[in-house]
Amino acid sequence: MAGLATAFGSGAMTNPIADVLKSEVILVTGSNTTENHPIFANYIKEAVLKKGAKLIVIDPRKIDLVDYASIWLRPKPGTDVAWINGLLHVIIREDLHDAEYIKERTEGFEELKACVEKYNPEYVSEISGIPSSDLINAALTYGKAKPASIMYAMGITQHITGTDNVKSLANLAMLCGNVGVEGGGINPLRGQNNVQGACDLGALPNVFTGYQPVTNDEVRQKFEKTWGVDSLQSTAGLTVTEMFNAAEEGKVKAMYIMGENPMLSDPDVHHIEHCVKSLEFLVVQDIFLTETAEYADVVLPGVPFAEKDGTFTNSERRVQRVRRAIQPRGEAREDHWIICELSKRMGYHMDYGSPSEIMEEIRTVTPSYAGITYERIEKEGISWPCPGEDHPGTAILHLERFARGKGLFSAIDYKKPAELPDKEYPFLLTTGRVLEHYHTGTMTRKGKGLNMLYPELLAEINPEDAVGLGIESGDFVTVTSRRGDIKVKTIISERPDRGVVFVPFHFKESPANILTINAIDPIAKIPEYKVCAVRVERQKDKTGD
Amino acid sequence: MVNLTIDGKEVAVKEGTTILKAARFAGIEIPTLCYHERLNPIGSCRMCIVEIEGLAHPMTACNTPVTEGIIVTTDSPRLQKMRMETLKLLLVKHPLDCPVCDKGGECTLQDLVHEFEIEGAVYQAEREKQEFSYPTPLINYWPDRCIMCLRCATACREIKGLGAIDIDGSGFNAIINAVNPDKCESCGECIQVCPTGALTENLTGYKGRPWMVNRVMTTCTYCGCGCQLEINVFNNRIVGITTKDGIGVNKGSLCVKGRFGYEFIESEERLTKPLIKKDGRFHEASWDEALGLVAEKLKAIKASHGADAIAGLSSARCTNEENYLMQKFMRAVIGTNNIDHCARL
Ligand code: SF4
Ligand code: SF4
Ligand code: SF4
Ligand code: SF4
Ligand code: FES
Repeated sequence: MAGLATAFGSGAMTNPIADVLKSEVILVTGSNTTENHPIFANYIKEAVLKKGAKLIVIDPRKIDLVDYASIWLRPKPGTDVAWINGLLHVIIREDLHDAEYIKERTEGFEELKACVEKYNPEYVSEISGIPSSDLINAALTYGKAKPASIMYAMGITQHITGTDNVKSLANLAMLCGNVGVEGGGINPLRGQNNVQGACDLGALPNVFTGYQPVTNDEVRQKFEKTWGVDSLQSTAGLTVTEMFNAAEEGKVKAMYIMGENPMLSDPDVHHIEHCVKSLEFLVVQDIFLTETAEYADVVLPGVPFAEKDGTFTNSERRVQRVRRAIQPRGEAREDHWIICELSKRMGYHMDYGSPSEIMEEIRTVTPSYAGITYERIEKEGISWPCPGEDHPGTAILHLERFARGKGLFSAIDYKKPAELPDKEYPFLLTTGRVLEHYHTGTMTRKGKGLNMLYPELLAEINPEDAVGLGIESGDFVTVTSRRGDIKVKTIISERPDRGVVFVPFHFKESPANILTINAIDPIAKIPEYKVCAVRVERQKDKTGD
Repeated sequence: MVNLTIDGKEVAVKEGTTILKAARFAGIEIPTLCYHERLNPIGSCRMCIVEIEGLAHPMTACNTPVTEGIIVTTDSPRLQKMRMETLKLLLVKHPLDCPVCDKGGECTLQDLVHEFEIEGAVYQAEREKQEFSYPTPLINYWPDRCIMCLRCATACREIKGLGAIDIDGSGFNAIINAVNPDKCESCGECIQVCPTGALTENLTGYKGRPWMVNRVMTTCTYCGCGCQLEINVFNNRIVGITTKDGIGVNKGSLCVKGRFGYEFIESEERLTKPLIKKDGRFHEASWDEALGLVAEKLKAIKASHGADAIAGLSSARCTNEENYLMQKFMRAVIGTNNIDHCARL
């Protein structure tokens, strides 16, 4: 997010997913698309199978999309900047970059060129383990294609260098003139259903709705007027990771958590537990008594999507309706009702007859949502920016010019991950999702259906490592990092590379995030989930007890 | 453009168009069973036969392209008789279980049987019982109800690119079977396209009849694809999830989570009352008590430690409107910018 905003002035998916059907080449990296965005994956498969697009997959794991790819590169986890710089190096060397586009629409190219000078394929191969001929092949394939699109997800952002990784991908897309064109673009695939909407609507410490900075006087005055308050705070607040640290230090005394379960989703769960315990007062609003809610002083019962009206914004920036299908269970209430009621009791009146009235207020203060009304999206959603009611919405961003004016190249050097394997902790641990479950499992693990398909946590280990450890599929192992250990059942699989263990994070019995590291990207503040060092040992009794 | 005549109407369509599409374009309905808009023509059921002047045998309209000057008849006593025979042949091994079949009321086969006024039990003895395995436990396969139209296997191969299932055996004993069970993603694309009750969902036993079910179009709660789906409601309970062809980014597809991941909503573990912790244990409370307590505590902490001693986390699972209110609450009511959500994670 932060990376794309620096490069282009906006951090959202630049193109709609259906655009891949017009791409000559699709580059997918750090996204296990078939499992995490299954319908987007359908489009990618269709582009390959029916439209003859070439697919390049760059991923340490042998994900299912590899079956459809003409090129698969397997870098060592945490070496993204290196291999992207390698691609840039080859494309510039072979004169495949789009000089005219670079001249007219971007800035910073000379610095970039100087920076990637040393990333020749041999050097990149040493760092990333990608054979130099494969890297060259991928560079030529992407470089010659017009248009080519890039898809990435948390495999790229969940690193200490996450922002650098994203800026590097933006470099690649701009270098070949692929931003602001049909069938091109650079597309971050958003994990949870309404991440885009939460960001758009100002659930961020530094911006109001539509990414309007809290530090801007005019913006603040507008909100002060609409909200009828004297003065809004003019400095950015704390990010989620900073909030928990501040709680531990006693600076934050109370937290109000709506619909999140950081006790399972955050890195380094032991640390979060300690932070949460340090709070004087914790309110959790959720549909289940989650691990986090267990620590609350007051728990307020919210309702799931099926019991409320409203809108979600998908990864393509498309604002779509959510409609109540059934009445709330018991005394549970919609989150918007709860916030309004609480607000009244704090002496501030929030009165809305229905969610559509909330949207009416959103429109008046948010230029990018100004033209979005419930009537207009009754049948079909609209992608923002949509500045007026007669505006059709914007499918492709940066068509004529970038949101920030000129696209900005960033010269970025490769940095090593915060923690790499060593003698004591010889394996790399990476975490992620599996198809059948969702995030911390609060929803998907409650029914029999999805659990029937994927009932228990399975750590994936490469067959060669399995031989070394003396384990077979189904054996239990202990995975230990500098922060803690968990016991898990294993499955022997070709998906992870040698020396890498993959553990999904949906299971509270063995929370993978006990192991992960609380080193965060300095700009985007995203924890480094994807890489940390662990030790793997066979459990003697093979039962896990 | 190619010119042709269908039932006396002159029609001009693009080269390569099938007779079926040309007829639909002219507003003429030809009965079909295996044909599906999203799939390449399968040509397995022969319900769509039409006569072409000069040809001795009828042709299947769904997979026969138009040619210049042909004269097509879509309805005649001979065609009706042949279609009737085709249907009866299907019914020989098909028990008309409509009253207990999930599909009863919205089944293409049932509709056709009604339309062709087939009466009396055509159904004959059970055929040989065959061993079969469907590749996912979330879906039940009923071989007796299967008309071997092959929409399911075609969808699995063409839309999902997977090919987990295919036809097994031949003639009377053919069934659909798992051929690549490991490839199955339990997406339910096969159920979505099945015209009969041969594939049913194996989740809730609690189901309403299709005509009693209310379908509410909404957006999936699981991932950023934002698929459009219909929640099937009967008696204020969710009895299934379906979707509509051509709607939203998903255009008729869903994944395993969107289609089958709705049980959590009916879970017994749902919170149904506010809870207040006293002496380390939760006690049920009224909304007034709970909200009163939260307001009082937040006011007290704000008064003694300042607004920045309070922080809020909003949610990527909540609606836009709720996220808006949450940040408004933190900024305007509490007076701090300490508002974030876990999307960074
Ligand atoms: S599949 Fe159709 S025709 Fe057969 S029993 Fe079910 S509803 Fe009746
Ligand atoms: S559920 Fe999906 S993957 Fe499995 S057989 Fe049906 S269409 Fe194929
Ligand atoms: S299961 Fe349904 S879709 Fe598949 S062949 Fe049988 S009737 Fe047709
Ligand atoms: S149905 Fe599947 S792919 Fe579509 S939004 Fe839901 S979870 Fe995502
Ligand atoms: S619809 Fe033409 S053969 Fe089935």
